[in-house]
Amino acid sequence: MTNDFSIIGKPIAMVDAAGKTTGSGKYADDLSLPGMLIGKILHSPYPHARIKRIDTSRAEKLDGVVTVVVGTDAPNPYGILPVGHDEYALALDKVRYVGDNVACVAAVDEATAEKALELIDVEYELLPAYFDPEDAMKAETNLIHENKPHNIEKDYHHVFGEPEKGFAEADSIAEARFIANEVTHAAMEPHCTLAAFEIDPHTGNRGRLTVQSSTQVPYYLQHKLSLVLEMPMSQIRVIKPLVGGGFGGKSEVIPLEIIAAIAARKALAPVKITYTREEVFWAHRGRPRTIIDLKTGVKNDGRITAVKARVVQDGGAYCSYGVVTILYSGALLGALYDIPNIQYDGYRVLTNKPVCGAMRGHGTVNVRFAFESQLDELAATIGMDPAEIRQRNLLQPPCITVNGLRVQSYGLPECIEKVVDRSGWRQRKGKLPKSRGLGVACSHYVSGAANSIIRSDMPHSTVNIKIDRDGGVVVYTGASDIGQGSDTMVAQVAAEALGCSLSRVKVVAADTDLTPIDIGSYSSRVTFMNGNATLRAAQEVKKQIASAAARKMNCSPEELTFCDDAVGRKNGHVGTAALGRPAEQSSAAASVSGHVEGQILRGSLQQKRKDEGPKDRMTFEEAVVAAIDFHGALSGSGSYAPPQEARGGKHKGAGVGPSPAYSYSAQVAEVSVDEETGEVTVHKVWAAHDCGRALNPVSVEGQIIGSVWMGMGQALTEEMVWKDGMLMNPGLLEYRSPSSIESPEVEAIIVESIDPEGPFGAKECSEGSLAATIPAIANAIYDAVGIRLHESPFTPERVLAALRAKRNAKPINLTEGVDPTAPARFREHGGSLWFRGKGPERHPLDPSRREAPSPVGGDD
Amino acid sequence: MKKELIELRVNGRCHELAIEPSKLLLDALRQDLQLTGSKRGCDDSSCGACTVQVDGVPMLSCTMLAASCEGQEITTVEGVSEHGSLAAIQKAYGDWGGSQCGYCTPGFMMTVKHLLAQNPNPTEEEIRSGLSSNLCRCTGYSQMYQAIKAAIEAEQKGMAAK
Repeated sequence: MTNDFSIIGKPIAMVDAAGKTTGSGKYADDLSLPGMLIGKILHSPYPHARIKRIDTSRAEKLDGVVTVVVGTDAPNPYGILPVGHDEYALALDKVRYVGDNVACVAAVDEATAEKALELIDVEYELLPAYFDPEDAMKAETNLIHENKPHNIEKDYHHVFGEPEKGFAEADSIAEARFIANEVTHAAMEPHCTLAAFEIDPHTGNRGRLTVQSSTQVPYYLQHKLSLVLEMPMSQIRVIKPLVGGGFGGKSEVIPLEIIAAIAARKALAPVKITYTREEVFWAHRGRPRTIIDLKTGVKNDGRITAVKARVVQDGGAYCSYGVVTILYSGALLGALYDIPNIQYDGYRVLTNKPVCGAMRGHGTVNVRFAFESQLDELAATIGMDPAEIRQRNLLQPPCITVNGLRVQSYGLPECIEKVVDRSGWRQRKGKLPKSRGLGVACSHYVSGAANSIIRSDMPHSTVNIKIDRDGGVVVYTGASDIGQGSDTMVAQVAAEALGCSLSRVKVVAADTDLTPIDIGSYSSRVTFMNGNATLRAAQEVKKQIASAAARKMNCSPEELTFCDDAVGRKNGHVGTAALGRPAEQSSAAASVSGHVEGQILRGSLQQKRKDEGPKDRMTFEEAVVAAIDFHGALSGSGSYAPPQEARGGKHKGAGVGPSPAYSYSAQVAEVSVDEETGEVTVHKVWAAHDCGRALNPVSVEGQIIGSVWMGMGQALTEEMVWKDGMLMNPGLLEYRSPSSIESPEVEAIIVESIDPEGPFGAKECSEGSLAATIPAIANAIYDAVGIRLHESPFTPERVLAALRAKRNAKPINLTEGVDPTAPARFREHGGSLWFRGKGPERHPLDPSRREAPSPVGGDD
Repeated sequence: MKKELIELRVNGRCHELAIEPSKLLLDALRQDLQLTGSKRGCDDSSCGACTVQVDGVPMLSCTMLAASCEGQEITTVEGVSEHGSLAAIQKAYGDWGGSQCGYCTPGFMMTVKHLLAQNPNPTEEEIRSGLSSNLCRCTGYSQMYQAIKAAIEAEQKGMAAK
């Protein structure tokens, strides 16, 4: 694809790539400080219990232990949402899930800290626990949080249009229950935080706090630390080093981040805490198990008349992002297709399990799986091609959907056309060999939430740019690069806007002392919002350079162009030709050229004399020097806040779902099903994604492929398996994140709809593709073997069960008589608490309490 | 536990270390030698982020005792760059998006180096099976295959030039 840009739209390596491939880049756990202690957290072995007594005296006496902290050391509640301040860094009176945080030991090394954990005596009084959201909703007593009746965190009931009338008009109606089981981010880097206090030189006492942490949201972390530690935000500095993947798992304040700071405060020394992989699974904040009762009506021409969804999310023990998740599930029923009537009833329910939060495709993925599967069913009922039924229900943008979402750029039609073409859908569908099939599905996602979770009018992103006489451009941005490449995006946008080479631009990112506020890397907001702020900051600086350069050139600023490290008059020959060297070399040459540096060193007076008389071109350095001489300093700021028109309707809960722009995706999956074993193999996925404009195509493709791949994991293998509140598979192998062997080829197809408000037209590309993969695979399984799977992941057991049901064969109970919790039969996962000692006792009233089944099949 | 003196040869340099006999190679590298390139992604040899080469063979340093590596040649990701510039595979991983968050990348570097040393011209099938010892959560692996192919091409071009 050709365009008029010199940096935008060109595939380039990330600016931090070398640090990653050589191992020199520093992640939080790679950092250490003199005198640093290692913190280890004691977790609850019970899903729901009152803490009657904690005795840390034996642990404190152990040689090498510096301090032990408990809940009363920092008793202020916090939570990522203002409406959900229900967490404590360490439990105060109750533990609410297996893995809840009880105490923390700071010791000279890890082994000592671990030993000390065993010396902490905690007396618990067990309470009945709730593991199933539909059971939890019936509860009257022993509530998980006393102020949440029936354990319902939040429920919303939305009606848009006239759903009942819509169903009455429908020619076909489908109604079914879908279940999407719980999945987690499993980012490769376990969470880690290093916290250290300085001594205040004036008071001589403990002063400022610096926290270096694996976080997607430095600003929120700074804010919550201030709340819990009762320190002014100005006394807290949060630095984000390299982050080894987030996917939402680091998009809120994770307990260890606050615990490390509390421990450092009490120990009077720096403290580092790094989660084990098992602790990462407990920290969780992943995608909740979701029960979706969905009803959709269509007319014989394929038009959708109404949708009704009742969604129950198993949110785990605390609020986290829950209120937002349950709202996204309903709100993003809109903005993909033109649906005139929507009824939505959403319930976010508390259970005694690790906390669910935001995960890639936040809130939309499971409902999208249900909706796209049901749409496929309806297409079959009315005898319409599944791709065509989607084309019959397109929006006509610019428009505002029935639930108040503003849609402008809309690349979905092109996405569908592209995947249908590339996959050979028309020629191959229905003609593949036995047990092999094709399925199609679509999805979309926000390019940043139009309303931030902290209700305030402040801009969502602010960026500062400083240019000095050396011609180096330093961009100060709060954007948090978590591997998606936001530092590179910021550098590209700044370089493109200033017409300078990429190597001139240095990005200083995500350090609350240095960089202006950006609310963080979540909801796919960074390219759109921080990109826009960067663009505005660059334009402000450019204006200053232009006014000075224009004086030198005796022309008006409007006549100038900035390109290839030079500033010139539009009618003059600027850029590559004028400079007489190819663009690729110009960066290196300009920065080492003695001629240029000499000019800077000689200073402005000589420069002025030398430059007497107008000319029609200046190098970037010359223009910068002129601007600094003229203005005194060269810096600029830009900020971005979503426009009022994009902020959604007025109903309760309307704040979640609106975005300045939506990305779109259409996918075709080709699968085969082994009817003997029930195993599903994905052979290829064609994924077209409308990202507005691909600022860096190699990164965009990487994000699309990564999303599709993660969706495939959720579709086929990934599942958090629970047994009485215990996670049965807290390890990367047991969780079954796909390896290269199981990963299909993904053909990423970039569609550019050029959004009117995005930076250079760009929208998000990291999340929107995930949701379509699951239903595309489900629909392909139907095409292959004629079964509709209503529960994800589509494991061999579930596929076999459906195949047998289709043949009216007797179901096989694969786990009959097997108790997966019996230690004799269960493999230990990296030192699970349960299996290190005895399993938890259950309260007599506990709904999950039952007689142990007789062990069948080998009691050794 | 009482410490013992051992000698470890890492990236061509000898280091004398006083460590507990129970110390894992990964911890010795990261804590005692400050070679933090090798990462800990799990605790049970699931993920491959800690992969180093011991006498040219990729090994998981999170489940090896440092003391058991005495007298062997250990290569970590820090030993991959050649003469202060990126090796072909490192450059290609950057250019082709083989690395996103980068946390798994050091492990992949060691695995891929071994793969290409054993089989300079692997098929895609062989690459897939060669990489299956390491997990990545960002890329879906696809762009790694492109990177590996590009690195092979670059190496071949480089050799032709010589």
